[in-house]
Amino acid sequence: MAVSSGVSFGLRARALLVSVLLLGGFLLAWHVAVSGTSATQAMDPEYAKLMGMSATQGKSNMPGPLDVGATLWKHLSNPFYDKGPNDKGLGIQLAYSIARVSVGYLLAALVAIPLGFLIGMSPLMNKALDPFIQVLKPISPLAWMPLALYTIKDSTLSSIFVIFICAIWPMLLNTAFGVANVRKEWLNVARTLEVGTLRRAFTVILPAAAPTILTGMRISIGIAWLVIVAAEMLVGGTGIGYFVWNEWNNLSIANVIVSILVIGLVGMALDQVLAGIARLVTYPE
Amino acid sequence: MSERYLSMEGIARHFDSPKGRTTVFEDLWFSMNKGDFACIIGHSGCGKTTVLNILAGLDAPDEGAVVVDGKAIEGPALDRAVIFQSHALLPWKTVLGNVAYAVSSRHRDWSRDKVRAHALRFIEVVGLKGAEHKRPAELSGGMKQRVGIARALSIEPKMLLMDEPFSALDALTRGTLQDEVRRICLQTGQSVFMITHDVDEAIYLADRIVLMTNGPQACIAEIVENPLPRDRRRLDLHKQPDFYAVRNHLIDFLVERSRTFKDALPPDYDRRHPPVVRPTHSAPPPPDGVRAA
Repeated sequence: MAVSSGVSFGLRARALLVSVLLLGGFLLAWHVAVSGTSATQAMDPEYAKLMGMSATQGKSNMPGPLDVGATLWKHLSNPFYDKGPNDKGLGIQLAYSIARVSVGYLLAALVAIPLGFLIGMSPLMNKALDPFIQVLKPISPLAWMPLALYTIKDSTLSSIFVIFICAIWPMLLNTAFGVANVRKEWLNVARTLEVGTLRRAFTVILPAAAPTILTGMRISIGIAWLVIVAAEMLVGGTGIGYFVWNEWNNLSIANVIVSILVIGLVGMALDQVLAGIARLVTYPE
Repeated sequence: MSERYLSMEGIARHFDSPKGRTTVFEDLWFSMNKGDFACIIGHSGCGKTTVLNILAGLDAPDEGAVVVDGKAIEGPALDRAVIFQSHALLPWKTVLGNVAYAVSSRHRDWSRDKVRAHALRFIEVVGLKGAEHKRPAELSGGMKQRVGIARALSIEPKMLLMDEPFSALDALTRGTLQDEVRRICLQTGQSVFMITHDVDEAIYLADRIVLMTNGPQACIAEIVENPLPRDRRRLDLHKQPDFYAVRNHLIDFLVERSRTFKDALPPDYDRRHPPVVRPTHSAPPPPDGVRAA
């Protein structure tokens, strides 16, 4: 045991070392790539004022890792300021996005899991609902946006609806699959014990299908987080997606890069939360 | 003897496939009294498991009926407990959780403490005291099957149905569990219907051994009464004077007669009353003699 754990620790330590080296190499290459200067053109001083630094001093407009680090530090040191509609802290923007994702996602779970149970337990409903699911599932969630805006008339509710509609499918299909594939012998145990339908659903089918359901929920949260950024770019107002687009309009590439990094980190955190829950309900066989 | 508890009355089961209808078995008649231990022996495909599932209420016969305690079986019921070949424990529950699930299904009105105490009593009966908080994945095959036995016994069924309960175990564990099942059944007067492939197991455990011919269209060839004394022990079973008589009779059947029986039915063969034989060393029954019996 000691040997094998020593080996696995060694592997982890070496992997960490390689990761750090890769990151260092990438940052260094990035720094070198953007710090050079290229030839400048002689131009009219009035015209030069209108041009950016890339034209007048030959410096790249692409911020280097140090600029991005400084911007990141600025955001992290004051994440929750609110100076009007177009100037809010990164923390506030993320909170808006996470809130929308949470509401849309929970609504989707509330619909998808019971419906998935129904489809999984009833071959009739499975066959009857299958064509609808097959048609609705491949629709890009953003294609619903105009319809949502027209009917709901509220941008926040519309983006929540878009999250709902994109998060529902993996949960629905995985729940139905998990429920339909509960081992027959476990169901037979419940039958020989004269366990009623409702009690069977909660005491046998739910725990048996829980790992599969959680896999679907994990896929869904990933998709929801992908979609919220795009949805907020479209509807605007608040949220990390809107922030990215707004900073693009401001030509603040450093802020865009910081947002990309933060979107990735939050997505990873959401995934890890679901992975943690999945570990709790997974049973060894 | 005590009153008749279970009777199969002319049951048949067909399976439809694109190639046509296959009759697994037909017109089976067999009855058991309270406290009987019956084993059913036959080759794979003769429908033993289907018979057991019908007795459990998990499957239904296409013809005929099974009467238990004066009523036709209409589905699974708590008075008939099943010990599954694959033990079928719920892997997310502990040993105690698995047994308590059965107890609380049997006694809906019991308090949590009462259910727990009752479950623990049966966990102790099968010798798993100290392992009650382990999950099935942490148990050996023999221990898992003990949990299955504890779960079945804990609902105190009138009838225990066992589908090759020991076939997945190593010889040593199998022997120990056979001893315990026999001890428990003798103590409690439990009625048991069991499927097995193992001739020695059948001789050790069963009072009566039902011989089924090969499928399809399997039928009960005969019912063998176990001539061995009731206080037989597993370890000196082979020293019992009648042991080889009954063993050879069963082996002969499995090797040869299970296949040929239907081609040459005894003239007085009656499906409702299949011949009953009792092989003993003093009168070794030649196959012809059996048919005449």
